Amino acid sequence: MKKYIKDFVLTENKQLHSAYALMKFRPQDGELPDMLPGQFVEVRIDDSTTTYLRRPISIHNIDSNNKELWLLVRRAGDGTNRLASYKEGTIVNMVLPLGNTFTMPADKQHQPLLIGGGVGVAPLLYWGKVLQEQGLRPAFLLGARTDKDLLQLDDFEAVGDVYLSTEDGSAGEKGFVTQHSVLQQQFSYIYTCGPKPMMQAVARIAREKDVPCEVSLENMMACGVGACLCCVEDTVEGHVCVCKEGPIFNIDRLQW
Amino acid sequence: MVDLSVKIGNLGLKNPVMTASGTFGYGLEFADFIDLSRLGGIIVKGTTLNHREGNLYPRMAETPSGMLNAVGLQNKGVEYFAEHIYPQIKDIDTNMIVNVSGACVEDYVATAERIASLDKIPAIELNISCPNVKQGGMAFGTSCEGAASVVSAVRKVYPKTLIVKLSPNVTDIASIAKAVEAEGADSVSLINTLMGMSIDAERRRPRLSTITGGLSGACVKPVALRMVWQVANAVKIPVIGLGGISSATDAVEFLLAGATAIQIGTANFIDPAITVKVVEGIEEYLKRHNFNSVQDIIGALEVR
Repeated sequence: MKKYIKDFVLTENKQLHSAYALMKFRPQDGELPDMLPGQFVEVRIDDSTTTYLRRPISIHNIDSNNKELWLLVRRAGDGTNRLASYKEGTIVNMVLPLGNTFTMPADKQHQPLLIGGGVGVAPLLYWGKVLQEQGLRPAFLLGARTDKDLLQLDDFEAVGDVYLSTEDGSAGEKGFVTQHSVLQQQFSYIYTCGPKPMMQAVARIAREKDVPCEVSLENMMACGVGACLCCVEDTVEGHVCVCKEGPIFNIDRLQW
Repeated sequence: MVDLSVKIGNLGLKNPVMTASGTFGYGLEFADFIDLSRLGGIIVKGTTLNHREGNLYPRMAETPSGMLNAVGLQNKGVEYFAEHIYPQIKDIDTNMIVNVSGACVEDYVATAERIASLDKIPAIELNISCPNVKQGGMAFGTSCEGAASVVSAVRKVYPKTLIVKLSPNVTDIASIAKAVEAEGADSVSLINTLMGMSIDAERRRPRLSTITGGLSGACVKPVALRMVWQVANAVKIPVIGLGGISSATDAVEFLLAGATAIQIGTANFIDPAITVKVVEGIEEYLKRHNFNSVQDIIGALEVR
């Protein structure tokens, strides 16, 4: 897929709660390149003295009617904090689209399950939409610390069945996503994105249930295009770049 | 029309802008962003005799105006390069130069010999300055004797243009440059990364798996510029300057300090199209100052 360096205009910046912003961007030249679920963008943030490199951020959604790219940004440091604070109308430079995509399930009988934790829900919305367009009804299992950390449930509910778990029991089932009762059901495929311990626990469940499973990794990156070899993950084929060969990996490729 | 062409030994460059090893892959990774044929040269990823997995993750830590890396020369070995990568890059219309590294003199020699057999690779850059490997690498580049021993051995088997990449992690870089010049190097490139370190205070742990790593990016530019100036005043062979170059103005500063050509490294990560902008910016500078040729500004620093 052709990659671009492109300027975008921030059209909407919705603060979801203290740590997250849902940001919608329109290309300045009106041409929105093709992008696949699971892919990411590298955002340039010029006004932060501690931010030298671009920030890799998952593509949260593509609204093709409005030619909008959605990013879900977590305020993790000074760079993302500034990004999440940009005013509507700000021009933001991005390199995109980067990385690979998810695999369509071969089994059409059962539901695909998309498990997200924290900001890891970001790539699952767009993937859920594409699954829905293919006539599949995805199930989302979304986990957070409290009900306040659950983001955009309306958007997920519009695409599939939504199951929740919170660590304090304030919404859905109490506990971690990996303890949720919906996991008793049979699924065609499991896709997961979130903190590494969560994804590793999901991978173990997928192996036990013998369900194919893909995870979205977010190793520390510099270039985003497979040139610097910084973001490597140790796989069965050795060190591979998460930015180029991933970020989506089948768990069978990983040393998990 | 201004003339941007320069020469490194017998090697003609259409302009002085090259890419630094390890920051531009094999060029192909950047083909969507720029026309690769507009570059003076592309120095591809460090290549060793045998396959290397490199260091463990994490290998990168961001620093103010820069980054530390500890990649450790991950590559699939020279034979893989010759069989699988060379056919994909050999027809790119620029100088495709291979950065060669090794753990011992014999490795450097064998790798250089194999690269010499590839028609469309007109030069190698001998890496005696990698700070991220336990054996070889920088160990050769931090003493005049070590540097001379590798260059002398490779010179015997490598007839094409031989560039030697120097380490800044030394007391007197000019003496190392003179030592490799005496052994027949056609050019020296400098600087490789500066040894550095980053600590995560909250976790009380180093940020890199190797504890120390190599610093690059805009923050190293003043050090690089100083060393290029010192070396250019000490040797007769052409000097290739690199270290934090992020704009055409930066590039011009290196040329004025005495570099015949420059390399762009870490800046490629921030703007994947920076190289072509630097080519255009150098041309614009020359026109604005009424120079006919880039040669006119090489070493043209006015100190009084």
